[in-house]
Amino acid sequence: MLGMCITHSIASGMGGMRTAGDLVARVQMARGMKTKDAKKYVADKLKVSVAELTDSTVMTVLREELGLGCVAQLPGHPKGIEAKFNIASFLGIEINSVNKFKQKTRMV
Amino acid sequence: MAKTMQRFGDGYLHEMSDVELRKDIEEGIQDASERCGGTPLSEDETRQLFEIYASPRRFVSVEPGNEILLSHDGGTIKLNVGVSGGAGLGLDIGRRTCTEIYERMLGSDTMDFGHVDYSFKPAKNILADEQQEMEQTVLSTIIPVYYGAMPNLGSYTRPDGPFRNPTILLTEGKIGEAREAGEEMMEAATRDMVYIASGMYEAGADGVNFDTTAALGDIDFLATLRACEILRKKYPDIFIEMGMAGEFILGIHGGLEYDGVRLAGLWPHEQVKVAAKAGVTVYGPVVNTNTKRSCAWNVARLVTMLKPCMEVAEIPVHPNMGMGVGGSPLTDIIASDAVSRGSTAAAEIAKVDGL
Repeated sequence: MLGMCITHSIASGMGGMRTAGDLVARVQMARGMKTKDAKKYVADKLKVSVAELTDSTVMTVLREELGLGCVAQLPGHPKGIEAKFNIASFLGIEINSVNKFKQKTRMV
Repeated sequence: MAKTMQRFGDGYLHEMSDVELRKDIEEGIQDASERCGGTPLSEDETRQLFEIYASPRRFVSVEPGNEILLSHDGGTIKLNVGVSGGAGLGLDIGRRTCTEIYERMLGSDTMDFGHVDYSFKPAKNILADEQQEMEQTVLSTIIPVYYGAMPNLGSYTRPDGPFRNPTILLTEGKIGEAREAGEEMMEAATRDMVYIASGMYEAGADGVNFDTTAALGDIDFLATLRACEILRKKYPDIFIEMGMAGEFILGIHGGLEYDGVRLAGLWPHEQVKVAAKAGVTVYGPVVNTNTKRSCAWNVARLVTMLKPCMEVAEIPVHPNMGMGVGGSPLTDIIASDAVSRGSTAAAEIAKVDGL
């Protein structure tokens, strides 16, 4: 674990929800974009530079403001599926679990 | 003459001079370009790779701005039991908690969620259980979560499955019967892959990861490509990752084609094209680690083999960089010095989209 997953995360990884890694991954998965393009797409949406996407200080503040979910489970802030509703809307992408939630709760 | 400690593919350290290191890197580049017909690395790229391996530091990383995405295979089950009963950390936790740990403690961009056997066939009988756990997991987590499993066509052969084993038939000289058995297995495997992936997508997963694809050569590869094609038509928005088993498609059948392309003998830069045609979102090539050579030799070979793949790829590429592949040593507990160097080289020299 330390040798493989954690090493890759630190050596070359975007940082997941500590930064904007999950957001860039979602755009790549939903749109089939190459990473360079997916990063630019997310950076433009967030109105930050591509380099700031992996800055945990900048991204934590933004994620809190936009309700995109944080690694720290802050009281009153969106968590789990709640944050995914905001991510789908903010990035303009479909998220399967969000759509399933809407169907099951008869929101659509 | 400067000397550094260099990790080898078997995990052990050996002292090498700069001259020996440079020679190893050049030989790795040459081996890859001769095998798959790609252009060797440029002088600048070769120097960049040398600097990564000549660094005496324990850990090497990319420059800010060059970070890439990380996808997983096995994922959650590595924290509890491990894949097929091996190398797990033994934590007494379920896959939902595992996903939360990856999300909030380990900085994962995505997570793979699979059955303990990590094959499609045994998951058939417990699909409802898999769906229940996935449904709960996607409610409590934020990062993308996909269902991962291996096509594992070997599990369809006797005595584990109903079909004759093509590899045994081949050793008996029964080529026609081997091909026939392979074709029968493909139909069953494609059906199972579509059944499981559909069920998990209906449970809220973001998609599916076909891991260790083509372990049984062209038979395995075609069965999986067909499953991808069916899933893409059925669910246009589904995420599909295809991780490979090896760098070269073995011709267990030998005559199988996808969309007019013969599958046996394809290298990563050719595999990525058929994967894209079948509807794959992210392609995961494998370059095998040679345990008798240095990690520098292995990673030189990796980036040289990935270079032509990246030039033609129209879809994102996440090469496999775990135990025994992608220049990582073939050990359960992998040394970070080796992995950090391979990770950096893949991101900054091969310019892959992720790992």
